[in-house]
Amino acid sequence: MAGKIITVSSGKGGVGKTTTTANLSLALAMLGYRVTCIDADIGLRNLDVMLGLESHVYYDIVNYIEGHCRLRQAMVRDPRYPDLCLIPAAQTRGKDALRVEDMDRVAHEAAEMAQFVLIDSPAGIEHGFRYDTTPADLVLVVTNPEVTALRDADRVIGLLEAEGRADTQLILNRYNHELVRKNGMMSAETVIDLLSVDLLGIVPEDTRVLGASNQGQPVVLDDRSAAGRAFRDIARRLSGEELPVKALEQRRFLGKLFGPRRKELA
Amino acid sequence: MRLLDLFRRRSQSTQNIAAERLRLVLTHDRANISPGMLEVLKDEIIAVISKHLDIDIDKVVVNFTEDNRETRLMADIPVHTARSRRINDRA
Ligand SMILES: Nc1ncnc2c1ncn2[C@@H]1O[C@H](COP(=O)(O)OP(=O)(O)OP(=O)(O)O)[C@@H](O)[C@H]1O
Ligand SMILES: [Mg+2]
Repeated sequence: MAGKIITVSSGKGGVGKTTTTANLSLALAMLGYRVTCIDADIGLRNLDVMLGLESHVYYDIVNYIEGHCRLRQAMVRDPRYPDLCLIPAAQTRGKDALRVEDMDRVAHEAAEMAQFVLIDSPAGIEHGFRYDTTPADLVLVVTNPEVTALRDADRVIGLLEAEGRADTQLILNRYNHELVRKNGMMSAETVIDLLSVDLLGIVPEDTRVLGASNQGQPVVLDDRSAAGRAFRDIARRLSGEELPVKALEQRRFLGKLFGPRRKELA
Repeated sequence: MRLLDLFRRRSQSTQNIAAERLRLVLTHDRANISPGMLEVLKDEIIAVISKHLDIDIDKVVVNFTEDNRETRLMADIPVHTARSRRINDRA
């Protein structure tokens, strides 16, 4: 059976797509799944560095599409977790080096060999967005809890909805529980209320993410990292496990204790 | 008095301001109409209705409501009737 193709998308740039793709791919491999992640940010290759695999790259996705190598040759195997492979983006080419049908073909061929295929998208809703979401069985929209990022996320969700794509889920990244408690940041509840989308997980703001990216050791490898734990939980949800999102559960529990909360938005 | 202050501060928290601003931009994005164009629409609605009814133009409210990604345009248009005029005259 072919693996599941998951595209990580966002709208706004810099919200954590590559971080999410790297960590979820590694977390799924740590759970024992065969995973291939594809860096679709042609011209701005990053996933190799975040995974610490940059020195192992020989070929890239455009080399394969142009017939210069076989797909197997373009796949970089992770020495730590051999179940994890990376198909790197081309660094010196533009987004138009790939057509929608090229990405579709690569993703489906990769899905023949893996249980999960994760695609890291470029920001924006142009050509890159089209070729990345076309093959997807599931689109994960990554956003931060701020108005600009959420507005762009809603635009992406709207576009996917207009295409009749039902399976879209949200990952709320860089969440600050403390700040939410002090009413300084929108709560996850308010966000999913306004965006009317399913929430797959909340990843807290965590200073370890930066160090992890600089060292090529994604935070899922770090037991003390809160973001790492959140990504591991999300990976378990992707693998089919029923695992409640904690922040929402807590609120529900408190809600039961103290009666219904005043609706924040009339 | 204290309690009221507390309430006011809460309703003006960053959290609520952010949520309210997000709600507004999402509504206009989804309906694909800018806040400025909505004002134009409101004036046109008033012009059409006024041809047939005596309405209280200053109290007309035209805005969107959202429910599960379903957007509705709501127009709240107070109409002057013989009765409402009597009540207003007395006040
Ligand atoms: N949970 C987090 N806590 C703290 N920092 C984070 C978190 N997630 C991401 N970051 C930081 O945010 C920055 C952007 O992350 P990333 O490169 O993953 O975003 P992106 O969406 O892929 O960006 P682009 O649109 O440019 O591809 C990085 O510096 C990363 O370290
Ligand atoms: Mg990126």
